[in-house]
Amino acid sequence: MDALLIESDTVFAAFWMTVRLTAVSALGSLVLGVLLTAMRVAPLASLRGAASVYVSVARNTPLTLVLLFTGLGVGANLGVELSDDIATNNYWLAVIGLTAYTSAFVCEALRSGLNTVPVGQAEAARSLGLGFVKTLGLITLPQAFRSVVAPLGSIMIALTKNTTIALVVGVSEASVRMREMIETYGDQVIEIFFGFAAGFVLLCLPMGLAFGWLSRRMAVAR
Amino acid sequence: MTQADLIVLDQVNKRYGEHHVLRDVNLTVRQGEVVVIIGPSGAGKSTLCRAINRLETIDSGVISVDGTPLPAEGRQLARLRAEVGMVFQSFNLFAHKTVLDNVVLGQVHVLRRPKDEAVRKAQELLDRVGIGGQAAKFPAQLSGGQQQRVAIARALAMDPKVILFDEPTSALDPEMVNEVLEVMTALARDGMTMVVVTHEMGFARRAADRVVFMADGEIVEQDTPDGFFGAPSSERAQSFLAKILTH
Repeated sequence: MDALLIESDTVFAAFWMTVRLTAVSALGSLVLGVLLTAMRVAPLASLRGAASVYVSVARNTPLTLVLLFTGLGVGANLGVELSDDIATNNYWLAVIGLTAYTSAFVCEALRSGLNTVPVGQAEAARSLGLGFVKTLGLITLPQAFRSVVAPLGSIMIALTKNTTIALVVGVSEASVRMREMIETYGDQVIEIFFGFAAGFVLLCLPMGLAFGWLSRRMAVAR
Repeated sequence: MTQADLIVLDQVNKRYGEHHVLRDVNLTVRQGEVVVIIGPSGAGKSTLCRAINRLETIDSGVISVDGTPLPAEGRQLARLRAEVGMVFQSFNLFAHKTVLDNVVLGQVHVLRRPKDEAVRKAQELLDRVGIGGQAAKFPAQLSGGQQQRVAIARALAMDPKVILFDEPTSALDPEMVNEVLEVMTALARDGMTMVVVTHEMGFARRAADRVVFMADGEIVEQDTPDGFFGAPSSERAQSFLAKILTH
């Protein structure tokens, strides 16, 4: 346990990066996921098609490839600079990659949620004179969202663990720190593994419980 | 009561594949008139009712509301729908909103009324349909009859020119039918223009200005309640009435 205690500051710093990546990408993918869901049920066929192609591509590409694309393709090759500071630049590239990938899953979850909302809800909204956007935003999506809180929780837990792949764009989150420490403290490999594993469990377990609680609390009675 | 024609259906046709659900339907509803549509299942009554605010599209013919032909999708259609109230068989109250919010929502988001004014109006309407005390509850906490009365209040809150009722009591337990019919009868008395698809013959006799009898997608006959129930002219109507009045 010595190594983890000695390095506790850098371990916490690394996990803090994991938390930041998760939180910002979660927010981003919820926003983009809602937008994609709206496109997938929009009255315009071109919007539906575009969203459907995007979701199919993002969902069926390995995350490592997506992050390599944002890091090497968008960052290095196209020269998109989001910050002068290299570490910050890499951080935002990782956020973009994680958001692009995770939003496809959020979209699929929300779309399956929409299917649980009885068609009469939208009919009642339309017969009051609400248009497409307001019907979706005020009536059907909020109900869809409530019915998929638990699966969204699973997606967010997966996202937390997926942040470890941000190492391919050079973000020093927890798994990077773990590899460095294994190199430095070769005699304590098992302890270091368990230490970092415990760190991820500590992050994810409360998330699972919180989403479970939210899902029961927000369920719509019919 | 010789007032303006509010709803005019002119040669309306609709098919579901081979099934011809509306055949050359012509119908005029005048302002303040209560028209009750009756007929056997599958006659096209609900489709006709839903077509009037374009929840069902039609294949040919013209439906006009207050002189304007129904627009295709878009803002104009939304505006027109705001003027046509609709009460559904399965209530369709917004399940994630309180009773009060159900009645407030359309006023605020469609009519752009200030929130406090909308709340006041909603409370007033809920009192009028006898559920003022339940405003903070969610729809699932109410009985079917109470939910349907909220749905009527929700429609009334938009100050509609006409309210369409699509079998409003068919999904209710028998002991709750009357509380809803009483609200509807009061509305009819107050001069609201209503198109009501129903199997409640008592309501038709009591509240209707005109009874429209449909069968196989056609309007077979229409008459005053006394005329229709007293001496139906068509054979279809005679056999329909014989079946429902003998048990």
